[in-house]
Amino acid sequence: MIDIEIHKTLGSSVGSLKLQIETSLVQGSFTTIFGVSGSGKTSMLRILAGLLALEKGKITFNDNVWLDTSRNINLKPQQRKIGFVFQDYALFPNMTVRENLLYACAKNSDRKIIDELIEIMELRDLQNRKSEMLSGGQKQRVAIARALVNKPLLLMLDEPLAALDISLRRKLQDYLLEIHKQYKLTTLMVSHDASEIIKMSERVLVLDQGIISKDLTPVELFSSGEVSGKFKFSGELIEIVKQDFVTILSILIGNDLIKVVADEEEIEGLRIGDKVLVASKAFNPIIKKID
Amino acid sequence: MMDYAPLILTFKLSLITTGFLLILSIPLAYWLAYTKSGIKPVVETLVSMPLVLPPTVLGFYLLVSFSPSNSFGAWLNETFGLSLLFSFEGLVFASILYSLPFMVQPIQSGFSGLSPSLKEAAYVLGKSKWNTLINVLLPNMKSSLLTGIVLAFAHTIGEFGLVLMIGGNIPGKTKVASIAIYDEVEALNYGLANHYSLILFAITFTILLLVYLTNGGYLKRFWK
Repeated sequence: MIDIEIHKTLGSSVGSLKLQIETSLVQGSFTTIFGVSGSGKTSMLRILAGLLALEKGKITFNDNVWLDTSRNINLKPQQRKIGFVFQDYALFPNMTVRENLLYACAKNSDRKIIDELIEIMELRDLQNRKSEMLSGGQKQRVAIARALVNKPLLLMLDEPLAALDISLRRKLQDYLLEIHKQYKLTTLMVSHDASEIIKMSERVLVLDQGIISKDLTPVELFSSGEVSGKFKFSGELIEIVKQDFVTILSILIGNDLIKVVADEEEIEGLRIGDKVLVASKAFNPIIKKID
Repeated sequence: MMDYAPLILTFKLSLITTGFLLILSIPLAYWLAYTKSGIKPVVETLVSMPLVLPPTVLGFYLLVSFSPSNSFGAWLNETFGLSLLFSFEGLVFASILYSLPFMVQPIQSGFSGLSPSLKEAAYVLGKSKWNTLINVLLPNMKSSLLTGIVLAFAHTIGEFGLVLMIGGNIPGKTKVASIAIYDEVEALNYGLANHYSLILFAITFTILLLVYLTNGGYLKRFWK
């Protein structure tokens, strides 16, 4: 169990933000932090990692006190046994992929894990390349592998997959999930992507202006509970085309554009760019496997 | 007949000065790059002063403070048996001050140019500050280090006013090449002055060219 209590005033370009967070994470859980930019997500991770000092707070990992400002305890990042995946990957350019992992490996610890991680992350063919010669997705895999070399108590990922294209992102999500389970990690991830959050995490903390405004499951967050439809998606309204008697709405759901027939009553008050819910009751969808 | 002693002395002085400067500048540049202390602007200004100050000003104050009739000079002499005036040791000390910005500034911008997450990533992986400096930061700013080393070295070769002020003109001890050139011109030995000058010109040109070739990646391409 990780108990977190953070009070910190952050100076930002739009004024100061008061970060006030009180929560706890269950060991072995996968939690996502969600929120608009500037809401304090990255700062929260950096405080947990010990990279950002704070005025008042307490962080304990089981019986281990990482930080307690009232008792003047503040463990350095080096002493916290965490894994951190930075937004810009932060691979060491002077080292090859394998050397990055070797350097990360604590002295006198078992090096077998390096080969294991190289295997899981499919880095065998890349292991002797300098990190600068890698693509974004490859760097990401190395960064995750490197963060895991010392079997961290807490793995933190700061929007790790944001810069990658969809298919690569799916694959890395699978890698991450596999590793999360295999190494029984407690994982905390910052993400903006609804499908990613639903797929990966058991719990979402919504940060708003430095405060946890919601603490719920991903499904609760992304479906509004009003419609009792069996079949529902949320999407963005792209186009409204009026034809003789009906109106056709084009809605972007994920990466797919669908067209839906709507009547006058439904389109009232709808504008392009609105977030809409597409739901249907009492019909049997056809499910077909693709690719 | 050309005497090679001034040239050898010049390179000895430059080499020793550069060595001391490197050891001194890495921690200083590290501090300047990462500190949030309020005295940083003052330290930065002091480090940069030799860039704009006439060497004679620096030389004058060193002359006064090294003088055995001065309490600092007397203390140095009594405690360490060091007499920095008109001696090679004095030249090394003065050159270190004089070439400090040429070493510190490239290294400082080298540190600032590295992504902060590089350092943080190493800390999170359990690496100490020292370990991170040696294994992560310095290896990723080799071109800044090279620039600093070469500029400091070349700048020390080019020293004249400062040496004249506190070194004097003692053959084999403080008579460096730039002084020798001045000497020969005064004695109307233009031929000899030209020899010294050409050698200095050729060597400094080669050194600087090598730096630009290396930092521009030309050498790597050539060797491939």
